[in-house]
Amino acid sequence: MQQIFNFIFKNSNRLLFLLLLGISLSLTIQSHSYHKSKIISSANCLTGGVYERINNVSEYLNLKTQNAALAQENAALRSILFNAKDTASVPKMDSIKGLRPANIIVSKVIHNSYDSYENYLTINSGSLQGVKSDMGVINSQGIVGIIDNTSPKYATVISLLNIKSQINAKIKKSNHFGSLVWNGKSTGFVQLIDIPRLAAIRKGDTIVTGGQSVIFPENLNIGTVDKIYIDNQTNYYTLDIKLFNDMTNLGHVYIIKSKDREEIINLEKREKNE
Amino acid sequence: MNSTLFVNIFRFILLLTAQIIIFNNMNFLGYISPFPYILFIILYPVNGNKFGLLFASFLLGLILDMFSNSGGIHAAACVILAYYRPYLFRFAFGLSYEYQTIKLNDVVTPERFSFILLSVVIHHSILFILETFRISFFWDILLRTLLSSIFTILLCLIVIYLTKPNRR
Repeated sequence: MQQIFNFIFKNSNRLLFLLLLGISLSLTIQSHSYHKSKIISSANCLTGGVYERINNVSEYLNLKTQNAALAQENAALRSILFNAKDTASVPKMDSIKGLRPANIIVSKVIHNSYDSYENYLTINSGSLQGVKSDMGVINSQGIVGIIDNTSPKYATVISLLNIKSQINAKIKKSNHFGSLVWNGKSTGFVQLIDIPRLAAIRKGDTIVTGGQSVIFPENLNIGTVDKIYIDNQTNYYTLDIKLFNDMTNLGHVYIIKSKDREEIINLEKREKNE
Repeated sequence: MNSTLFVNIFRFILLLTAQIIIFNNMNFLGYISPFPYILFIILYPVNGNKFGLLFASFLLGLILDMFSNSGGIHAAACVILAYYRPYLFRFAFGLSYEYQTIKLNDVVTPERFSFILLSVVIHHSILFILETFRISFFWDILLRTLLSSIFTILLCLIVIYLTKPNRR
């Protein structure tokens, strides 16, 4: 017994070091696995509050670009309203229910990171406003990311610029599906992988969200094709997509709350169980 | 004793705030960001309490992790740097460093510079390796470590130069 105590006293510094290192490494490993609710995230009262304060100040610097974006969106909405008969540019309607049933929550980005491989945004609405994890986040130009963690007043969003993010997307004109990922290189470009070689693709084609995920509704804008690579091993295309969104400058965003989501998930779960 | 304690607490808070508000938003060329907050670990008194240093650096890293959504990478890098700090002292200032009165917060000599350089490089390489966590980004990690280290060292030297005590 005496020896054990002696050992502990002698090596107390090293033991403390190993303990703290163990804690931080386990937190690191936990954060690298996709979608686990994290203790250390910027969606808690302290960090969210601080970021909101900072944002209150820095918001003024961006007012001009935000105004321009809002005006542009207003113009687009007005053109839809005035040309209501032209249904080509309007999202597809469900023939029975009308527009796809989805609610929209308006929110504001209070912190945005884009300099590491795993980038997150913090927004200032949380579970009190009905935000839950796995909801889609968009803005007027295109998609932004998916909700990760929520607290009562704040939520974190896995940005498109996160090597863990994977979003179902398709080519607008030909309906070929693929997954949207990021290779961690440039903030203006993401990659669309697993597009079959059969698809006829040209530079400048528009990429939109596919209908296969329950997170985003179909036909939301993402970006345009910038470069086309052929993967020699798998015979699939890999496309560089230039985003419509400037991910380094985000202001107001919309959170999409799909009403069908739980029904679809329940249905799929039941099928798996049987 | 008390004045050094207060100086350290003050430094802790000040560097943390500056890092969160200013330096985390400095994205030169998209991905180079400096981390001068490790000045806290570098400038901690040489013969100060070792437990205090370990705990404080863990806390420093953890708070920063909370703000940047990065799990525990800053905490791990800080704890490792804090633990190996005596070895770096021995390397930079020679074996009998404990009996000398080392003041880092002073004119930059080669010894002091080598100590700061080593600390920053060790901290940054651990940080970026843990951040990416995969080998396929090896060259990218190297590039990031190099560029960010240069930046951090420059900022550290500027801060040390600006805050060094006046002597008449």
